[in-house]
Amino acid sequence: MKHGRTATQGGQHHTTRSDKRRAFRRGAAMAVPIMLGYFPLATAYGILAYQAGLPAASTVAMSLLVYAGASQFMAVNMIGLGAAGLEIVLACFMVNIRHIVMSMSLLQRYGHLPTSTKRAASLGITDETFAMLSFAPADSDHAGGWFLAGVMATSYASWVLGSLVGSLLSSLIPGDWAASMAMALYAMFIGLLVPGLQRKPDATGTAVAGALVCTALNPVVGAGWAIAMGTLLGGLVGVLRGHWDPDIGEASS
Amino acid sequence: MPYFWIICGMAAVTAIPRLLPALLPEGLTLPRWVERWLASIPYAALGALIFPGVWYLDGERPWVGMAGATAAFITAWKGLPLGVTLAVAVAVVMGVKLLGLPG
Repeated sequence: MKHGRTATQGGQHHTTRSDKRRAFRRGAAMAVPIMLGYFPLATAYGILAYQAGLPAASTVAMSLLVYAGASQFMAVNMIGLGAAGLEIVLACFMVNIRHIVMSMSLLQRYGHLPTSTKRAASLGITDETFAMLSFAPADSDHAGGWFLAGVMATSYASWVLGSLVGSLLSSLIPGDWAASMAMALYAMFIGLLVPGLQRKPDATGTAVAGALVCTALNPVVGAGWAIAMGTLLGGLVGVLRGHWDPDIGEASS
Repeated sequence: MPYFWIICGMAAVTAIPRLLPALLPEGLTLPRWVERWLASIPYAALGALIFPGVWYLDGERPWVGMAGATAAFITAWKGLPLGVTLAVAVAVVMGVKLLGLPG
């Protein structure tokens, strides 16, 4: 890990205002694929929320305060079915447990940042920002707080705006387009993973193990837990493989 | 605002898992295997995030998602930019849906 981190420690000495702005823009540019995936998905959420009887203010407030796709889709679905509040909150917690692991993994990568920055940034962790940041180049351009802010704020803004648009224009948007656009986020995951594996072919077993565990557990424990368990157990394969190849498992470059 | 307390509850249980690791005391020296494990997490997580989710993209018609995934895989493998991968995959999914295969 030592040599992995030194590269990210430069560029922290004297950051001017324009440096910050440039880093923020770099992050925002990197988040464009997330934005393209989030916006239509959030409109789909807005439409569903409208159909479940949520007023626009509640729909947008949920995106502002919760900011978690799977949980919000589930919640409006449950509200539509007349579920109790506590049930919804508990189900939401179950779906979100996986973010503990993602947060731990990102913290290791961004361990050099000030505590307050890490805490603020951790609130912006989603499956997509986690994936994007985990596979970002490990250089000083992609390591600072303002870069993180650019990625996080852009993603967040498109999610919130998309849900507002969906809620207000629900009758104008064909329901089918959001389903097609959902492919964008999977394409993003694939587009991040494939070059990652080209650089580090030894991690292929880890990725396959994650997918297999998730597939096996999905019908048993639900998608949220299945992803968490696939991540945890698949990651252990990485540890075992790393026993034979000391290079595996270092922060991706 | 209707559903105010549900939204607050959801906000709390979403923020806690994200924030919790950042609240732990710093400077802990992790065992080597834990470091390795955390660094392997992105690969395992992406595997789990892609599959089986993409299989169920279009409900009962797995070939829709799989066609998109195959297209994304090929464009990504050829080293094309992420935006191209997204556009190609979405176009393929829309195309397959337009074909209106049974399901």
